[in-house]
Amino acid sequence: MKALTKWMADGTPWVWLNAAAVSASILLVTGLLLLIGVRGMGHFWPLAVQEIVYTEADGTEIVIAGQVREEEKVTAQRLRESGLEVAKGAEFVTRYLVKTGNRDIGGQDFRWILEPSIKSTGKPHSMVVFEREEWGVFIGRLIGVREAGQLLESPDTWGDFQRLLGHANELRDEIRDLEKSRIGRVNYRLERLRLEQRGLELGGKDDAASIAEIENDRALLQEEYEGLEQELGDLYTKLRRDAVVVTSAEGQELELPISSIVDAFQPNQMGLFGKIGHFFHNAWKFVADDPREANTEGGIFPAIFGTVLMVLLMSVFVTPLGVVAAVYLKEYARQGLFTRFIRIAVNNLAGVPSIVYGVFGLGFFVYTLGGSLDRLFFPEALPAPTFGTGGLFWASLTLALLTLPVVIVSTEEGLSRIPRSIREGSLALGATQWETLWRTVLPMASPGIMTGLILAVARAAGEVAPLMLVGVVKLAPALPLDGNAPFLHLDRKFMHLGFHIYDVGFQSPNVEAARPLVYATALLLVVVIVLLNLVAIQVRNRLSERYRGLES
Amino acid sequence: MNSAPQAGPAQIAARSDNFHRWRSRKDFLAKRIIGLGGLVVIAAVLLILFYLLYVVTPLFLSASMSQTAIGSNPDWAEKASVFLSIEEQQQVALRIDQGGTAEFFSVDDLGTIESIVLSEDGQAVATVANDQGDSGLVAVAFESGQVKLLQHHYKTDFSAGIEQRTIKPSLDFPYGKDTRELMPDGGISGLALSDSESELVLAAAGTGGRVRVEWSEKQENFLSGEITLETSVKSLNVDFEITAISISDDHRWLYLGDGDGRVHFIKTAGMQEIQVLQVSNAGISSMNMLLGGISLLAGDANGRITQLFPVRGEDNEYSLEIIRRFEGKQGPIERIIPEQRRKGFISVDTSGKLVIYHSTAARLVLQHQLAGGLPSALALAPRASGLLAINRDGSADFMVIDNEHPEVSFSSLWSKVWYENYSQPEYIWQSSASNNNFEPKFSLTPLAFGTLKAALYAMLFALPLALAGAAFTAYFMSPALRRLVKPTIEIMAALPTVILGFLAGLWFAPFLEENLAGVFTLMLVVPSGLLLFAWFWTRAEWAIKDYVKEGWEPVLLLPVLVLLAALSIELAGPLQYLFFDGDLRTWLNREAGISYDQRNAMVVGCAMGFAVIPTIFSIAEDAIYGVPKSLSDGSLALGATPWQTMVRVVLPTASPGMFSAVMIGLGRAVGETMIVLMATGNTPIMDWNLFEGMRTLAANIAVEMPESAMNSSHYRILFLAALVLFMFTFVVNTGAELIRQRLREKYSSL
Repeated sequence: MKALTKWMADGTPWVWLNAAAVSASILLVTGLLLLIGVRGMGHFWPLAVQEIVYTEADGTEIVIAGQVREEEKVTAQRLRESGLEVAKGAEFVTRYLVKTGNRDIGGQDFRWILEPSIKSTGKPHSMVVFEREEWGVFIGRLIGVREAGQLLESPDTWGDFQRLLGHANELRDEIRDLEKSRIGRVNYRLERLRLEQRGLELGGKDDAASIAEIENDRALLQEEYEGLEQELGDLYTKLRRDAVVVTSAEGQELELPISSIVDAFQPNQMGLFGKIGHFFHNAWKFVADDPREANTEGGIFPAIFGTVLMVLLMSVFVTPLGVVAAVYLKEYARQGLFTRFIRIAVNNLAGVPSIVYGVFGLGFFVYTLGGSLDRLFFPEALPAPTFGTGGLFWASLTLALLTLPVVIVSTEEGLSRIPRSIREGSLALGATQWETLWRTVLPMASPGIMTGLILAVARAAGEVAPLMLVGVVKLAPALPLDGNAPFLHLDRKFMHLGFHIYDVGFQSPNVEAARPLVYATALLLVVVIVLLNLVAIQVRNRLSERYRGLES
Repeated sequence: MNSAPQAGPAQIAARSDNFHRWRSRKDFLAKRIIGLGGLVVIAAVLLILFYLLYVVTPLFLSASMSQTAIGSNPDWAEKASVFLSIEEQQQVALRIDQGGTAEFFSVDDLGTIESIVLSEDGQAVATVANDQGDSGLVAVAFESGQVKLLQHHYKTDFSAGIEQRTIKPSLDFPYGKDTRELMPDGGISGLALSDSESELVLAAAGTGGRVRVEWSEKQENFLSGEITLETSVKSLNVDFEITAISISDDHRWLYLGDGDGRVHFIKTAGMQEIQVLQVSNAGISSMNMLLGGISLLAGDANGRITQLFPVRGEDNEYSLEIIRRFEGKQGPIERIIPEQRRKGFISVDTSGKLVIYHSTAARLVLQHQLAGGLPSALALAPRASGLLAINRDGSADFMVIDNEHPEVSFSSLWSKVWYENYSQPEYIWQSSASNNNFEPKFSLTPLAFGTLKAALYAMLFALPLALAGAAFTAYFMSPALRRLVKPTIEIMAALPTVILGFLAGLWFAPFLEENLAGVFTLMLVVPSGLLLFAWFWTRAEWAIKDYVKEGWEPVLLLPVLVLLAALSIELAGPLQYLFFDGDLRTWLNREAGISYDQRNAMVVGCAMGFAVIPTIFSIAEDAIYGVPKSLSDGSLALGATPWQTMVRVVLPTASPGMFSAVMIGLGRAVGETMIVLMATGNTPIMDWNLFEGMRTLAANIAVEMPESAMNSSHYRILFLAALVLFMFTFVVNTGAELIRQRLREKYSSL
């Protein structure tokens, strides 16, 4: 007892509790990263399809096929309250969330089933998961393949199906190429012609000759367009030629046109390596494909592209500005009350809520600057705004402003670590202040600048709130970078990973089905940001070591 | 090697003049450019503050009005105008004179565009009433007691090009050209008109206390689309002289004003007087309905205007309540004109003094003395940006009104306001609705409350973890572990808030709902379990103890924490059965009346707490780590235990730094957007309940900014919210920064 009192008195328990606070924080971070990692990667893993014979609440027996996504224990009382019958005496019941797919038949993708009502389960090899353009996945058996309306007799149905699917995928690629680049180009040029004509009208230069020239161009483009349309129609007819006959687990037979199937696999036949292969196949498709079905299926390529492009543009703006401001503060300005005030102001701007930057960006950049730009340079497009609405340019400028303090602070830190003796040595050798700066100080401070830039990029990549006001959209019709002059379209709206998470997770009609995809997106974003930060930390550590050597 | 020193100077000498001039010019140029660049960047940073101020300022500028005489029309002096209306573009106006002629005229030169005779038999007009809003329906009552309904329309014609816009007025009679007999014996003293989708109501007051209400139900013929009216008349006789009459837009209530300052509240179903309210000690001289037809504005002979509307009591019966009064130091109120798009109105007294008020803001916006005294007719343009007056001598004046944001006042932003259809004054934020008659509710109080609530719960979660963790890391932890922990915490700071918000909303909120009891058990089990473990660990003589060096305790505690957490979640079920009848949530609801939202303050508190832990941790850790070693060494040498040294010596020295850490953390929690947006239901309610949501200033901006029209009051109020956030975080951060600087100086002097 005495020992306990002494133990309490010298404060050891408090030290342990403090230690626990550190452990708890570490646990929270690692737990969170693990959660995102496991759930995010789970999105790509081909889960086995279980065929379950299940007794419904009303006593009827049904067959369910699907992938078990979640398992949890619930109190029996809760289930009883929600009107489900649970055997007496049971306190807890295990229930499973099964992804059954087949939304076009059953109306929903997921259902909860209770463990006590399961009669039997199995993993039949013949189960196939079809990923479709619409209606989510279809889970069932492949019965036959219909090529050009003719049911194929060959014994290798799966092989035939794969062959036709490969063919369909080629056609789809061709169609995408046609729609996106060739027809897109014609449309873009038609729009430019319309604007050109409107510009001539506004300028009072719409004489008969120039109008006739525009009409002529338009007629040519129209002709080209019709040709392409014809080509497209032919491709679609070819694509719609084949179909597969499938049955659902309940035995309902239906025909799926091959054109509606994106991908198909037989998870129950895959070995470990097959699954790993499929995992990477899925991961690649996720990164490289366009989204489908209101963003809840498919890939996130446009979001990755938009994020990267926006961050690059932002770096172009923020680096020179931040470095110049830091150099001015550290090397040129006379140190005193003024610089002290500025330094506090810049430091605190880092703490100003990001949404405030968004509000500023919307009011100042988009409405004020953008509105004026439109009136001055794009009167022919009015009343449709060109720069007077949110877009890539304003978004990157807003984020540049938001990350400016990060770059300034980090660059200043880099500059202040350079010993005075180095500057003095350079000046003593006769170099001007600019030469000292350019040849000696800045190269030595470059790791500091890099750190700042990396941190700025990491912050910008994860920031969403201001972007919601200045140009991010849930689905952008075209990428901001394409083959039409001037190639980089700064006025276009774009997609962004962070906003994608918010939008799909919270605004989409089918949150349950989209959740794995959101985890996967979050995983990608977290990996990118954590990597960037680790690099920044490394660079900074290396930097401080280097100067420790210089000082001694 | 010997030749090198000689070659150097020689070379420099050779390139001397031009080269050195070029170098010094470059140096000079660089200095200027960098100086300019630096200042520009700093100016850009200040621009944010000034731009926010620039957008917000118009909210608080006072309105202005300028009067210009247009000219005069000699005919108008003879036949006094009894009604005047002006259309949206302020180019064409309609005037009805005493002789029963309606005339469209151009506002620019007062030239007649079209003139229509309304009364074939030359009857004089007794009074005129118009319908609320934009419908353009007007009822003209003649002295015989006959009433005629007419409607004026304006079409904008661009046929002469966009720049030459012409307005084409037209007058028609949607309910037939015939007059209707409303007051058979004549002597109409007051008239009120209200038209809706389903019925048309005309209410007239006559001399001797006669009231007649004509009720016309509209029936649309399915084939021809023609509207036929089914008319019935209700009448009532009262024992006082009626000075003013009004009818509510839903046609349920009729209001009569009398000469003793009372308003009689009459239910139209059954024409039964249910309440008499003494509104003033002077007679009611004029009444009108505010936009929306819910509020009655009663002006009296003392120049005071009272706003009233029916309020539903607890017994579901309505009673008329005095909502607020407007004092504009006017004489007897002659006329009250409501605005057509906002809840503002204009009142004119008998001497021609004009006052603009706004009802929701309880604000006197503008006072103006009309140059020509009391005009015979006055019309407010639909956008309330212009006012046309025809004076008794036949001259006309036009007044340009600059009154963009009357709905904003200190009381409408921060105090309780009694809104229409509410039973008492409340704090409400509701910025828009589907119809035009909506009363915008711009109370920032619930949003500020939500912001503080979210920040408070976040700090409750974050402070113990961050400060205790910082203390251990800075003072007790082994350096090798510290080199691992610090980057981990930095990674924690870098996690995008959208991911935290997404996990909070889609993973943690359902988890908490399922395991509410488990989480509370955790709060009990984990600390006690930890202490038990620590006690046995220090007492027991285990071999593994050699492997855990001093300062590595957090690593040892990792598995312990995981086990304890799992244990508490498992324990929660049985505990719930023992104490809370099986389920904590239903028990809370039943026993304490605490309702539970899935996305609530607790979820936000944990998620946002997670987001601010690293901020607080890093700054506090820096402050504690920076405490000079000599201080703690001295304390230890005197025999104090490490913990005593920590509490008595190190923490007091570092406390300013820890305080500034907390301030910066608070600043971050206040401005956080995505987490709150995703982890709460975003309903602007005022309730400290841990299990209900909130709406914060930042989330409100994110939700409403994209939909708000540029430069509208709503837009500027959202900017005001942003400015409030900006100022708050700026002040808090600057304070914290100053404290830290002073602390640094103190350390260096020690």
